Amino acid sequence: MEIGLVHYLFVAGALFTIGCFGIFANAKNVIIILMSIELILLAVNINLVAFSAFLQNLEGQIFAMMVLTVAAAEAAVGLAILVTYFRNRGNIAVEDINQMRG
Amino acid sequence: MLASIAFYVLSVIAVISAFAVISARNPVHSVLFLILTFFTSAGLFVLLGAEFLAMLLVVVYVGAVAVLFLFVVMMLDVDFAELKKGFLSYMPLGALIALALMGELALVASASMSAQGAPIAIAPTQAGDITNAEAIGHVLYTEYLLVFQMAGLVLFVAMIGAIVLTLRHRPGVKKQDIAAQVGRKRSEGVELKDIRPGQGLG
Repeated sequence: MEIGLVHYLFVAGALFTIGCFGIFANAKNVIIILMSIELILLAVNINLVAFSAFLQNLEGQIFAMMVLTVAAAEAAVGLAILVTYFRNRGNIAVEDINQMRG
Repeated sequence: MLASIAFYVLSVIAVISAFAVISARNPVHSVLFLILTFFTSAGLFVLLGAEFLAMLLVVVYVGAVAVLFLFVVMMLDVDFAELKKGFLSYMPLGALIALALMGELALVASASMSAQGAPIAIAPTQAGDITNAEAIGHVLYTEYLLVFQMAGLVLFVAMIGAIVLTLRHRPGVKKQDIAAQVGRKRSEGVELKDIRPGQGLG
């Protein structure tokens, strides 16, 4: 059977769902939550590239690059916040994270 | 035919390793499974004819982001068994939402499939015999120059933000102060004493 657009959409949908599920399942572990967000963004990228390939339009790939940029920036800042939080508190429990409010 | 087999193998590995990311007991294993997911997704990108993005995914994600995650996981001395305790309590809600989400996504995907009739045939995203990277370069540096520069700005702000967040000034640490070194005057450092013979410095 020929691989069509919808196959890629299903893979991306599965990855997106797993990412969302990971946020709920690991609601205490910030590191896993950040990784789940990376999975969600990867699913978005797969969607963008699949549409770009099947509609023969390069703009999707340009946009996927921008998503990649934002994902990298988000991971860097998120992990920096995590390191600072750990340095101040000694753990990374999400329940107490609302203490970061000013 | 070979492409179909490659697609199924890569996508199955991607989905399984993505599930392993969120269910692994040890967060280091999670990061390694995340790397596997990104690698297989890069393979899917190659299948789609987007070689440049595939390489970008490997370089940026596996080379930078995943290593950053690994670094943080190993640097923070966290009791992960403690964090893992609530895994089951959120499971029903999470599973419900995940099922609903997957159902909706599948519905939309299959609906768009039936609306179009036959699936569109895959075609290379570039015209003629130029490579994918060349085609992207033609578009990225002309039409999307502003977007490209904005991406650079986003990375710059993120870099500054990460440095500002993690930089700390500890008092009482001896450090080299180059401005003070350079700004030293002769009068502060050297003093001439007129010593008489036979008396010493006293």
